[in-house]
Amino acid sequence: MQRRWTSAAAAITALALVMGACGGAGTGGTTGASTAKTVKIISSLPMTGASRTQTVEIVNSIKMAIDETKIPNVTVNYEALDDATAAKGSWDAAQEAENARKAINDKTVVAYIGTYNSGAAKISIPLLNQAGLVMVSPANTYPGLTKTGKGEANEPGVYYPNGKRNYARVVPADDLQGAVGAVWAKDLGAKNVYIVHDTELYGKGIADVFRAKAKEIGLVEKGYEGAQKADNYRVLANKIKDSGADLLYYGGIVDNNPAVLAKDLKAVAPNVKFMGPDGINCSEFLKQAGPAGEGIYSTFGGVPPEKYTGKSSEWLKSYDAKFNNKNPNAYAIYGFEAAKVVLAAIAKAGDKADDRATVLANVMGTKDYDGVLGKWSFDASGDTTLTQFSGSIGKAGAWAFSKELAVK
Amino acid sequence: MGGWQIDLFLAAVMIGITNGAFIALIALGYTLVYGIIELINFAHGDLFMLGTFVCLSSLTLLGFRTEVGIVGTPWHALLIAMLAAMIFCGVLNVLAERIAYRPLRRAPRLAPLISAIGVSFIFVNIGLYWQGPTPQRFPDLLPQYDFVSQLLGITSLVRFTFKDLFVLSLAIPLMLALAWIIKNTRIGKAMRAVAQDTEMSLQMGIDVNRVIAFTFLLGGVLAGAASLMYGLYNNNTVFTLGFDAGLKAFTAAVLGGIGNITGAALGGFVLGLLSALTITYFGGQWENVGVFSLLVIILVFKPTGLLGQETGEKA
Repeated sequence: MQRRWTSAAAAITALALVMGACGGAGTGGTTGASTAKTVKIISSLPMTGASRTQTVEIVNSIKMAIDETKIPNVTVNYEALDDATAAKGSWDAAQEAENARKAINDKTVVAYIGTYNSGAAKISIPLLNQAGLVMVSPANTYPGLTKTGKGEANEPGVYYPNGKRNYARVVPADDLQGAVGAVWAKDLGAKNVYIVHDTELYGKGIADVFRAKAKEIGLVEKGYEGAQKADNYRVLANKIKDSGADLLYYGGIVDNNPAVLAKDLKAVAPNVKFMGPDGINCSEFLKQAGPAGEGIYSTFGGVPPEKYTGKSSEWLKSYDAKFNNKNPNAYAIYGFEAAKVVLAAIAKAGDKADDRATVLANVMGTKDYDGVLGKWSFDASGDTTLTQFSGSIGKAGAWAFSKELAVK
Repeated sequence: MGGWQIDLFLAAVMIGITNGAFIALIALGYTLVYGIIELINFAHGDLFMLGTFVCLSSLTLLGFRTEVGIVGTPWHALLIAMLAAMIFCGVLNVLAERIAYRPLRRAPRLAPLISAIGVSFIFVNIGLYWQGPTPQRFPDLLPQYDFVSQLLGITSLVRFTFKDLFVLSLAIPLMLALAWIIKNTRIGKAMRAVAQDTEMSLQMGIDVNRVIAFTFLLGGVLAGAASLMYGLYNNNTVFTLGFDAGLKAFTAAVLGGIGNITGAALGGFVLGLLSALTITYFGGQWENVGVFSLLVIILVFKPTGLLGQETGEKA
């Protein structure tokens, strides 16, 4: 008996040692020169579900940025968190909150890269705001997160309880994207539009922008409704056909099954055009839609890889060399840019690289940054000054560049 | 929408019936098990999900993973895939019963319920490991033929395609066969006896363990058949499928009166119809509101569900 207790105690001690070692990994490495610092960047993206193809590319991009950037006396660690759960198959509010708290509680964390979904950003921005931790999103496009008068009445103030902005994004927002979508729809000859959204913050947000712009430029609205994720959308497809619409605008993300909607719509009304925002502009959407993906229109910020020039084409070359992927999805490059901006802010902080407030101020104050996306700045609300959009069309299972869309 | 249109209504009814057929088949699995051992088998929806993966893998092995627009439907491949899914789901369900539920049969009620939730998580993660976290496209192998427009020459919103025919002509005979087995065979009689009184059945010489295992087998086989239909009809599947499908089917089983076979089938069709009509007349965001409002109303006035009392079995 005595022996058994001893071995149990030994096992517990061993376990405690292992756990202690794991927990301490982040804070270690402070020995050596007094100025040597170890900081950590955390990313929170949905790594489970249909968005995974894109988010893996973003994580790769972030790793690449961290690997190739050497900051004197500063070691940058990186951890990629998943804000999706297997139970839900897409981002989950509780998981996102947990990720944000994890970042806040780890004192070495100086920046939070994320989120992918605007709805998730809504959860983590206020949490990180109170902790004074900077958050840079490579993919959130819902306008209300930063812009006054573009979302609900209490936005964006409600996300910044301490009154100080801590959130910036390297992608242009949907108040521009929804509008260029509506203009493009009109250019394509659409007269009657049917608008469907996935009932999420991002999806409904961009659908509403599209709706307002469509009204302004004289497109007739034949219907507007939310559609939750479903096994099939045959009833909705019938309704759309019956409404006499010639274009369907889908505001939402690939996780909520728009590919199935596209397929069901094509089966009953092959002549109705299907357009969506960056939420469907990914290879995963076309993979799921199969032949129904042919001729589908989508908009997104920036230009596709085939149009990359200068710095962006160099980036693509090294990305391909490292990850063997010549045609990454639209957000891969934004992941790289987000990480680079954060790294630049850490480098600029010098001795204060591990000070959250300094890194925050440096990121938010980014001016005339010469990155892979071109030369741009963050404005006072944390939005990029870039306003370029592209439209692409589904062709043989890949997105083919169609035209550049200007903000009017 | 401009007034009430008969063809929009009929189209919704048509789609509702086909969608209801899947729900009904899965609901039968819940209700069969509940009728016998009063266990809500939470893993049943996930079993159905694994069934779609078996179909997908079988079709891949047979070389029909990506083909689209095939002229001749590979019936032999579909048959093999369906049999594989039926056997797989049936056997897996029996194994789950043997390993996770049987040892707990005399434990307090909550214990098997929790172990069912555990089995559900295990299935979900097997699915996640098997086909990955992204939705998988299911090959579109059935002929694209619409009887209403192509055979009758009527241009209308109402469609009755080959896919609808395929689903209904498989689902309805399966349900009838199940009813026949329970009503007319020896094992069916034993199932009913065990459902009424397990102790007494034991004393009458019925091998209760065998009867319960058989019930799980039947539920699994139905889920396996439903999985091929689901895949061919909706052309996609994902590891999280089981949760939604399970929730809907469970609702249907409760709606019809859990433990009642006819009730589960009826509940499935009612649910399918109600979803389709809610989407048509109120919009997609109201689908679940419509479905669950009806559930609340029915349960308030008839707590045993639509057909819960008629059979006099455990309701």
